[in-house]
Amino acid sequence: MKYLCLVYSDEHLLHSLPESPKDAECMAYAESIQGSGRMVAAEALESVQTATTVRMRNGKLSITDGPFAETKEQLAGFYLIDAKDLNEAIQVAGDIPAARVGCVEVRPVRQLNP
Amino acid sequence: MTLPVKERVEQVYREESRRILATLIRLLGDFDLAEEALHEAFFIAVERWQRDGVPDNPRAWLVSTGRFKAIDVLRRRARFAASRPLLIAQLEALEQADWSDEDVEDDRLRLIFTCCHPALAADAQVPLTLREVCDLTTEEIARAFLSAPATIAQRIVRAKAKIRDAKVPYQVPTLAELPERLDSVLRVIYLVFNEGYSASIGALVTREELTREAIRLGRLLMELLPEPEVMGLLALMLLHESRRPARTSSSGELILLDEQDRTLWDRQMIAEGCALVERALGTRRFGPYCLQAAIAAVHAEAPSVEQTDWAQIVGLYDVLLRAVPSPVIELNRAAALSKRDGPLAGLALVEAILDRGELQDYHLAHSARAEFCRQLGRVEQARQAYERALELTRQEPERRFIEGRLRALR
Repeated sequence: MKYLCLVYSDEHLLHSLPESPKDAECMAYAESIQGSGRMVAAEALESVQTATTVRMRNGKLSITDGPFAETKEQLAGFYLIDAKDLNEAIQVAGDIPAARVGCVEVRPVRQLNP
Repeated sequence: MTLPVKERVEQVYREESRRILATLIRLLGDFDLAEEALHEAFFIAVERWQRDGVPDNPRAWLVSTGRFKAIDVLRRRARFAASRPLLIAQLEALEQADWSDEDVEDDRLRLIFTCCHPALAADAQVPLTLREVCDLTTEEIARAFLSAPATIAQRIVRAKAKIRDAKVPYQVPTLAELPERLDSVLRVIYLVFNEGYSASIGALVTREELTREAIRLGRLLMELLPEPEVMGLLALMLLHESRRPARTSSSGELILLDEQDRTLWDRQMIAEGCALVERALGTRRFGPYCLQAAIAAVHAEAPSVEQTDWAQIVGLYDVLLRAVPSPVIELNRAAALSKRDGPLAGLALVEAILDRGELQDYHLAHSARAEFCRQLGRVEQARQAYERALELTRQEPERRFIEGRLRALR
């Protein structure tokens, strides 16, 4: 079963707290998940200041600057993993280095029914 | 003597239905399908046992029948969903060995851990456990918690949907996860007990059906997983429950520990509770529940308030506070300390807690403050504190108790 682990944190604090993870640690963790065969994809994201929100309404494209909602914590990155069940997904999510300063939302991937 | 078949089926239902349900959930991987299969199996049993006699192993017969019924249901649904044939094939391949006694006991433990999984909403864990593990109806749960059956039903439905869609596993946690997950189970059981022992709202002091279910759950867990904290929680519940007959007057008024008629305490429960406390403390792996049970045991063994070993109780609270710092435990320690060192010492501690801004909306903090002031002859301060407690309490007998104290001050 696939789970998407969404890493949220206050962007201003993510890299500035004493327990903030360094890029090298994040990469090492991603490699260890890759090694365990549970990795589908994982990336860190640029700041929400770089976000663009796109909507299609009545056949017309609307483009706005910024994220779709202003929140106290922002989406900072994600892991898409393959796990046996929620317990295994929770274990992977809990060990994501950024979980020490932010939080990780674990969402099961829904199978589309064609 | 053999019972008529219908009564025998009812007896098997009472004694075995939760075990059978727990196994069917494991085999079928779906709570609703398992419940449906369980009821179909019992329905068929009434007729079939009448005709062919009661099988040697009714539980295995019911699990097997339930499984076949579920296969039928899945076949019917398979016409609509592509993924079913695989599940049906898996179910058909299952061996009888999958429901041996050992597995069945594990299934009951799996069911408890799943219903108390921390990924489920906190307000759904209690109703789900009472529904699935204790077989209380939604109406009974709603009545016990003074909420609408539709609210309780909705929480249960949502929790089951999450178990299915997020794939909350049906398993006993690994040793590494156990302490945290066991905490969650113990918390659910203790919540059920507390709601029954000291109903937070409503007209009655206690609701016996909830304390009974909590103790039953505690015994079940003790049988399946005799960890020190499980012993501690069961002991704590038994020691509290032993005082039930002495806690309310014939007119339903609340009677505090100091004024209880100790000859009414249930000695058998006390003996069982104390033995469990000793066993738990002997493991040297005890935690907060064991410590609270040890405190309750000191009270239970004391012939009177005056002859209570208050120094030991204060000492146990010190250890408890180090393990789980909490203002409520500090408040309880203050009450014990006042017995050892006098009301002035108790008052100083309660005021320190309130001055920190903690427990200001907790009626018992103001009641304790009032009680110490009353003992010290500070009538005006006592009155003010009782009035604050009165504003905060939502429980009818508590309210009458405080009103009685206020009248006595005049």
